[in-house]
Amino acid sequence: MTSLATLSDRPGTGGRIRRFLAVPDGAYRGALGAVAALFVLLLVVFVAALVVQARPAFAHFGFSFLTSTKWDPVHAHYGVLVFLVGTLETTVIALAIAFPIGLGCALALAFGIPERLRVTLGPAVELLAAVPSVVYGLWGLLVVAPWVRATIEPALAHITGGHEPFGGTQLGVGLLLAGVILSIMILPTMVAISRDVLMAVPEVEIEGAFALGATRWQVMRRVVVPGARAGILGATTLATGRAMGETIAVTMVIGNTDHFTHSLFGTTQTMASLIANEFTEATEPFHLASLIAVGVLLMVVAAVVNVVARLLVRSVSRQGALGMGVL
Amino acid sequence: MTVMAVDPVLARRAEIQHIAEATERRRQLLSRLALLACRACLVITLIPLVALLAYVVIRGASAWDWAFFSHLPTPAGIPGGGIWNAIVGSLIIDGMAAAGAIPFGIAAGLFLAESDGRVAGALRLAADVLAGVPSIVVAIFAYALLVTHGIGHFSAVAASFAIGILMLPVIMRASETAIRGVPTVLSEAGYALGARKATIARKVVLPAALPGLITGVLLAVARGAGETAPLLLTAVGSQYFSVSPTKPIAAIPLVIYGNGIQAYPDLVKIAWGSALFLVVVILVLGVGSRLLAARLRRVRHD
Amino acid sequence: MNEVRAEYRAHSGQQPLVRRGPRVLFLVAVLLVSIGLAACSSTPSAAPSTTAAKAKSSPSDPYAQVDLHAPAGSLTGAGSTFDQPFFTKAFYVYNQQNSGVTVNYASIGSGGGIEQFQANTVNFGASDVPMSPLDISSAKGGQVLQVPVALGGEAISYNLPGVATGLKLTPKVLADIFLGTIKNWNDPEIKALNPGFKLPSHSIQTVYRSDGSGTTYIFTNYLSTVSPTWSSGPGTGKSVSWPVGVGQKGNEGVAGFISTTPYTIGYVELAYAIQNKFTFAKIQNAAGKYVSPSLSSVAADAAQKPAITSVDFSIVNEPGATSYPISGYSWALIYQLQKSATTGKTLVDVLDWLTHAGQSQAASLDYVPLPANIQQLARTTLLQVTGPDGTTKLLTTS
Repeated sequence: MTSLATLSDRPGTGGRIRRFLAVPDGAYRGALGAVAALFVLLLVVFVAALVVQARPAFAHFGFSFLTSTKWDPVHAHYGVLVFLVGTLETTVIALAIAFPIGLGCALALAFGIPERLRVTLGPAVELLAAVPSVVYGLWGLLVVAPWVRATIEPALAHITGGHEPFGGTQLGVGLLLAGVILSIMILPTMVAISRDVLMAVPEVEIEGAFALGATRWQVMRRVVVPGARAGILGATTLATGRAMGETIAVTMVIGNTDHFTHSLFGTTQTMASLIANEFTEATEPFHLASLIAVGVLLMVVAAVVNVVARLLVRSVSRQGALGMGVL
Repeated sequence: MTVMAVDPVLARRAEIQHIAEATERRRQLLSRLALLACRACLVITLIPLVALLAYVVIRGASAWDWAFFSHLPTPAGIPGGGIWNAIVGSLIIDGMAAAGAIPFGIAAGLFLAESDGRVAGALRLAADVLAGVPSIVVAIFAYALLVTHGIGHFSAVAASFAIGILMLPVIMRASETAIRGVPTVLSEAGYALGARKATIARKVVLPAALPGLITGVLLAVARGAGETAPLLLTAVGSQYFSVSPTKPIAAIPLVIYGNGIQAYPDLVKIAWGSALFLVVVILVLGVGSRLLAARLRRVRHD
Repeated sequence: MNEVRAEYRAHSGQQPLVRRGPRVLFLVAVLLVSIGLAACSSTPSAAPSTTAAKAKSSPSDPYAQVDLHAPAGSLTGAGSTFDQPFFTKAFYVYNQQNSGVTVNYASIGSGGGIEQFQANTVNFGASDVPMSPLDISSAKGGQVLQVPVALGGEAISYNLPGVATGLKLTPKVLADIFLGTIKNWNDPEIKALNPGFKLPSHSIQTVYRSDGSGTTYIFTNYLSTVSPTWSSGPGTGKSVSWPVGVGQKGNEGVAGFISTTPYTIGYVELAYAIQNKFTFAKIQNAAGKYVSPSLSSVAADAAQKPAITSVDFSIVNEPGATSYPISGYSWALIYQLQKSATTGKTLVDVLDWLTHAGQSQAASLDYVPLPANIQQLARTTLLQVTGPDGTTKLLTTS
C-alpha cells in the first residue's frame, strides 16, 4: 500500500507523468463527468439507431406487436408476447437458482476456505465466464439434455404425478434446462463480484462482532452480508442482465417453439434467442425491422426490471453500511 | 441437588451460564451447518465447471499440435490447418476493445462511486440496461454505425467497438463496487494532507481497489473474448492472415462457432481445439491476476 | 499480523508493486496501437488504377467500395452459410492454381449477403433463395444477375430404436407428420409403407430448424408442393410457423437433438447426413419410386429442370425415376455492369471456374455437382456481364 509520504510528488521515474496526471479538482471532476456524459450519449445513439430501424415494424403493427402471440414470417404476422414471457420465465428460473447458490458460494470463498484454496478456486469459478456461449449450448444439448431427460425429469414428474409444472413430454430440452444452463452461465458474475464485496467489508466490524461472541454464521449473516448488500445487488443486476441477453446457449436448449408452455418441461423461446435465430436470414418484408424491434423491447424490459428492483430494495431498507445511497 | 443457602445472584448467574451453554451449542451447530451449506454451494458451482471443462478437454485436446497453433486455416478435408490468424486477430480485437473500455469503464466507475446525484443514477441505469442487451443487438448497432456507414466494409475496428461496448457495463459496475469498498479513512487521510482529488484517486483509491478492479476487468475481458455474435457482423472472419484494423479479420470465437456447426469432423475438431485454447488462456490470466490481487490484499490489510 | 507489517516495511522502501501495473498496461496499449498503425500504413494503398476508377463513381457515394477498386487479385463475397465450406475449399484451390487471386468469403447468412450486395460493399453475394424483384430494385449497382453455383439435397433423418436406415415415407405421410396429423410411429399409414420394420408405439417428435435457413425454405417448399394443407397453412419460407415440433439451431442443433433423443425425425443438409452417417428415410418421388438422398439422386432431380430462372428456381419433386425430390440450388449475385474491367474479369473468371472445373471440389465435400445443363446456364448468365462501358463482354470462352 502506498505510504502516505508518496502522495507528494517525488522525483524519480515517471515523475513527469505523475505530475501531469495530478490535475486540478475541477478538471478532474470535469473529465469524469465528460466520460459519464459520453457513455449516456452512446446509449442514446444506440437506442436511437435501433429505434429508427425498428420503426417500420411498430408503425405497421401498432400495439398488436406487443400483444399478439403469432410470429409468422411467411404471412408477415409479428407478435412478441410469447417471447417476452419466455425471457421473463428463463430469467426468473436462472436467478432463483443462481442467486442463493452464488451467494453461498461467494460466502464460502470469502470466509469458508483457506487463502491458498481461494486463489485457485476463485479463478476457477470465473473460468465459467470464459467458456463461449456456443460451447455451453452444445454441451447442454449433447450431454446435459439426455441426462436431464433420463434422470431429472422423471424424478420431478414423480413428485407432481405428471401434473404441471412438471407435466408433459419429457424431452430434455425445454424451459427447465434453459434455466439451469443460464444459471450456470451467470454464476461466475454473481460469485466473483459478491466475493469481492464480501471481502471488502471492513475488518473492524467483523472483528467487533467476533469479539461480542458471535459465531461465524452470525457474523456473516448480520454483519458481512448486510454490509455488502449494495454490491450484491450490483452483482445480481449484472447477472440478470446477462441472463436476459444470453442468446446462443439458450437457443440450443430451449426448444424454440413459438407458443406458451405451462410446464417446466415444455419448450418456448426467448426474445434474445429469437433474434439470434432469425437475424442473419431475415429477408422477408418487416422481418428485420420486427427483429430489431424485439431488441429494442428487450432493452426496455431490462430497464424496467432494473428500476423495479431498485425500488423494491429501496423500500425494504433505507441504507447499507457500504455504498450508502448507491441506489 | 442439595438445598443450600441460595444466593439469588449466583443462582441467576448459573442459570444464565446454563442457557448460554445451550444456546452456544445451538449457535455453533447452526454456524457449522450454515458453513457446510455454503461450502456445498461452492461444490455445486464447481461440478458443472469440471464437467464442462472435461468435455471441452476431451473434444479439444486431440486437435492440439504444432500446426494447430502456427498454421493458417485450411478448408475441410485438407489437413494441417491451424488458427494462427485467429489467435492474432483475437489479440488485436480484444486488445483494442480493452484499451478503450478499461480506462473508460474505470473512469465511469470512479464517477459513479463519488457521486450520487441524478446523473449518476441515470448512468447506473444506462450501464445496467446495456448489460442486458443481447450481444447480437450490439452487433446490429456496430454494423449500422461502422460497417455500412463508417468504414464501408467489415473491419476489426468495428468488432472492437462492439466488444468494447459489451465490456463496458461490467467494468463500470465492478469498478464502482470495488471503489466504494475502499475504506473512506484512506482517502480522508489523503485530503488531510492536502492532495488533490485526482491524486487521491490515482494513488490511494485505485490501488486500494485494485483487486476488485482486476476481477471486473477479467470478467469483462473473459466475456468479450468469448463473444461470437458481435464478430459475426463486424469482423466477419478471414481465411488469411491480417493485422489491419480496417479489414476483415479472423478471431477465435468465429472459428469456434463457424467450424463447430459444420458437417466435417476435421473442422469440428478445430473448433473444439480453439474452445479449449480460449478456456486455458482465460484460466492462466485468471490465476495470474488472482495471485497478484491476493498479494496486494495481504499487503493492504494491516 | 506481524509478518504482514514486516512485509509492508520491506516493500515501502521501494516502488510499490502496483506501480508496475499501469505502466505495463500503457506499454501494451502503445504496442497494440503501433501494430495497428504499422499495419495500416503497410496495407496496399490505392494503386493509380484505384484513383482513376474512383473518379468514375460518384464522389458523394457514401458506400465507397474500397474492395471493388482494389488490385484485380482480391475479391470479397458474403452470404449464405450453406455455401461456405464449398467456397472455402474452391477458392483455396483456385488460389493455388492462380496465385494472385484471393477471394475472401464472409458467411453471414443469405440476408446479410443480400444486404451487402445491395449496398455494393462486396463483389458478389451468395443466397440460398434468389433475390426477389423487390430486393433487386433496391440494389445500388444496377442490373442484377443471379448464377446458380451450388446444389444440395436434404435428408430426412430419424432416431427410431430398432429401425435401421431406409424407412419409406410418401410425401403425404411426411407432410402429415410435420403437420401433426400423424402423431404416432405405429400409425397405420406408416406401417402400410413399411411392413418389414417393427415400428414402436410412441409419439413422433419432429424437429425443425429454428434459425432462418435455405434448408428450411427448400423443405417447406417441398411440403407446400405436395400438401395443399401445408401450402395453405405454414407455407414456404426460411422461417415458418411450425404447427408441431421443437426447433434447434443450425444443422448441428437438429442433428445433435436427433442423435440424442429417440423417436425424433427432422431434416438436415445432405452433406451433414453423409459426413455423420445418419439414418435417413427413402422418400417417394413424383414417379412413385422410393429414393434415398445421395449425390446422384439429387443431381438427377436437378437435371430434370434445366430452364430455371431466378424467379422460377424451385426444383423440388421433379419427375424422373431416380430423382430425389427434396433439393435446391444456391445462388451467386453479381452486377451486370462491372465498374472495373479488371476486377470484373477476375470475378467472372472465378465464377466460371467455380461452376465448371470447381465443381469437383463440391463433390469431395458432399455437395452435389451442378448438372451439365445448369453449368451451361451459369456460363450463359456470366456471358452477360460487361465492363464499365456497358458493351464489352468480360467472359471470354475458349
